[in-house]
Amino acid sequence: MSDASFDPAAPLTPSGNLRRRRAFSRFAEYGATAAALAAVGVLGIVVFAVVVHGASALSLDFLFQGAPNGIGPELVGTAEIVAIGTLIAAPIGILVAVYLTEFGTGRLASWIKLTLDLMNGLPSIIVGLFVFGLIVEATHKQSGFAAAVALAIIMLPIVARGTVEILLLVPSNLREAADALGVSRWRSVLGVILPSAIGGILTSTVLAVARAAGETAPLLLLSSVYDPSRVSLNPFEALPNIPTTIFRLSEEASPEGFTQAWGAGFVLLTFIMITSIGARILLARTRSKMAQ
Amino acid sequence: MSNFDSREFSQAVAATPHRVRIQTGPLSDAGPSGGKLWEGPIEAVFDAQGVSVFYGSKQALHGVNLRIERSRITALIGPSGCGKSTFLRSLNRMNDPVPGFRLEGQVLYHGHDLYASNVDEVEVRRRIGMVFQKPNPFPKSIYDNVAWAPRNLGLKHGLDERVEKALRGAALWDEVKDRLKDSALGLSGGQQQRLCIARAIAIEPDVLLLDEPASALDPIATASIEDLMHSLKGRFTIVIVTHNMQQAARVADRTAFFGLEATAGEPSGTLIECADTETIFSDPADPRTRDYVTGRFG
Amino acid sequence: MIVHGASPAISKFGLGFVTSTEWQPTFGVFGAGTVLYGTAVTSFFALLLGAPIAIAIGLYLSLLAPRGLRTVISPLVEMLAAIPSVILGFWGLIVLAPFVQKNIEPWLHDKLGFIPLFGPPQTTGLSVFTASLILTIMVIPIIASISRDLFLAVPRDVQDGASALGATRWEVVRGVVLPSTASGVVAASLLGLGRALGEAIAVAQVIGAGTEIKASLFETGDTLAARIANQFPGAITEMHKASLFYLGVILLVIGLVSNITAQWIGRRFDYQRAVAR
Repeated sequence: MSDASFDPAAPLTPSGNLRRRRAFSRFAEYGATAAALAAVGVLGIVVFAVVVHGASALSLDFLFQGAPNGIGPELVGTAEIVAIGTLIAAPIGILVAVYLTEFGTGRLASWIKLTLDLMNGLPSIIVGLFVFGLIVEATHKQSGFAAAVALAIIMLPIVARGTVEILLLVPSNLREAADALGVSRWRSVLGVILPSAIGGILTSTVLAVARAAGETAPLLLLSSVYDPSRVSLNPFEALPNIPTTIFRLSEEASPEGFTQAWGAGFVLLTFIMITSIGARILLARTRSKMAQ
Repeated sequence: MSNFDSREFSQAVAATPHRVRIQTGPLSDAGPSGGKLWEGPIEAVFDAQGVSVFYGSKQALHGVNLRIERSRITALIGPSGCGKSTFLRSLNRMNDPVPGFRLEGQVLYHGHDLYASNVDEVEVRRRIGMVFQKPNPFPKSIYDNVAWAPRNLGLKHGLDERVEKALRGAALWDEVKDRLKDSALGLSGGQQQRLCIARAIAIEPDVLLLDEPASALDPIATASIEDLMHSLKGRFTIVIVTHNMQQAARVADRTAFFGLEATAGEPSGTLIECADTETIFSDPADPRTRDYVTGRFG
Repeated sequence: MIVHGASPAISKFGLGFVTSTEWQPTFGVFGAGTVLYGTAVTSFFALLLGAPIAIAIGLYLSLLAPRGLRTVISPLVEMLAAIPSVILGFWGLIVLAPFVQKNIEPWLHDKLGFIPLFGPPQTTGLSVFTASLILTIMVIPIIASISRDLFLAVPRDVQDGASALGATRWEVVRGVVLPSTASGVVAASLLGLGRALGEAIAVAQVIGAGTEIKASLFETGDTLAARIANQFPGAITEMHKASLFYLGVILLVIGLVSNITAQWIGRRFDYQRAVAR
């Protein structure tokens, strides 16, 4: 048997193979720290590039006029598509979440959960293809509405999951109190439980919006053929939007185009970053309030 | 006592690890326990001097002076919240990761300052093992639980024998020898705790620290742990924190009583008294000790 | 629905579509071989490079970082996932590709050029390699966040038990933390893989839309998702559209398989822990 003895009275510096093991452990720690710093670094580099290049393209003209000077129509179009998508996704998502937490047990509930999880991981281009086959094939033209439907499909799992999480945090005595008052389940949900969870529901919706605003692939298939020089509000035609504009400009090889793309990217990124950060802060605050 | 080479004699005494009861002076001087004890050089494994422990601004311990002797079982008793576990964990630097932890005073281990800047705390923990209140076996097989630390240390040869020896030493071998590859999480609470003890002794540490090892176990498992203490006694220096006074009385050679004492401000834990177990329980010097051991409180 | 859209192509080409590498829209000849290869290579690379880095980040955020630093860096890593792929792809096109082409590809070709993977650098830097790097950036935050949560859930007392036996921090990680979270980490990696497989836009911007399978990573290529994104808006003939739908079917199947596997492994992991405790 190999020797495990040591001199207890020896100084407390590494003995045996400890020096080597210590060095390796320290090496691993540096590696992990370096990895984390690298990730933050990449984030910084990308954001920095967007800000630096994009800021030079920004101007009031850029924000309000149409092509070739600006992306005004795209801003409006994106807002409209995302808004319609939210109007579709949010109510359905909340209803599904309410069903899962308040009423659902058994097979239907687990099927729904599975479907939601799968929807969450679906590549957005597949969603685009699906809605294409569904709507555009039938109507023979692109539309902002079709794009909104695709975004809604992407947003639905996010809203549903976040709502479920918040609803689970609602203390059960609230539900019991409502039941004890002889109020029907649906009434208590609408009147008591949802209002108390409204903060969390709102933030999940905002997170979903932040995700959807940046989705390009479905828009490319469903709302990419438009006239970028004028504002269009008709959702039954293709609406101008920011993500496809950036993509289009990046595929062309013109420097002015690139500048505009940076500018559009700057606007988009700013919006997404602010909403993401804001939503997360709100979510954390709602969670801690709920836990009290 | 003429022609007695007292120097030779005292060297002989110091050379043996056993405490010797020596009659010094006339018999009429003898105290109630029949003779003064030789307070000579019994080796101190730990020597805590003026130890105070802070967690941030909260003080957990103040002014602890305590010697832990070699190859003895020393029990730390006292009511909850008096810093017994804090003190114990300070002996193997397990308090280091706790946020805000600060130690004042000195803890000497074989004469070396445990908190000196050049001390490697991993080395400290290799020499001073610990068993925790709640059994915490790894999610691995029984064999791998015991073999894990020796493998880290590079003790690859004779691993089977080492594992067997450790499991025997923890009085667990017979119960598990046919299922060494089974998951350790399938053992009962008492068995898991003995496995943790086996794990600790597998690397042959100098000291074993036990933080209320039986408090999470049923009475039968507790009894098996106590029997274990006796068999481990000569091989390791043992310090055990326990709430159970009867356990301390049964098992320990020396007992230290910790209590709360107010210094300037909030009360914090401190060592009230430390003596032979017999003395602590039959004729303690401090009235607070007497109150505690006679059950007047706590 | 997608299968319906693809049916003309399926009936014409059958399963041979999967292996054929011809893709000539003007001649009505289509085959998925090139893009399947590209998808496989880019996703594999992204996972190979990204998963270890992400796991290291997860370890850092859960075990190494002081609490204050953790609350700052954690959200920053998650922010990386929030960057829209079109912006990341655009950055890749303008900033990363030239950089890679000038600095990284020559160095790699120099040192490892004997391996056919690392051929001579191309002029634009738009390559399978650059696309793989972009995918790595997209994959890391997903795996890192999930891993971080998994590591945080490992009970403190078991880790303390390991430390008390005189083990270094790395040994505690290797002996206790990683083994007990292994299946969860694998599931997280599969989720990351799903992301890489389905990414259309960013890849389309930096991969160069190549039509042939080439040995070197530094040549252009294409993936399932990117080809659909690039060619669908301009596809006129029925057969062209149907073939792209067919690509979509393949992508859907691959994506579902990886997602379901991830769920299954995740569930098995929970079950095991419940049994053990």
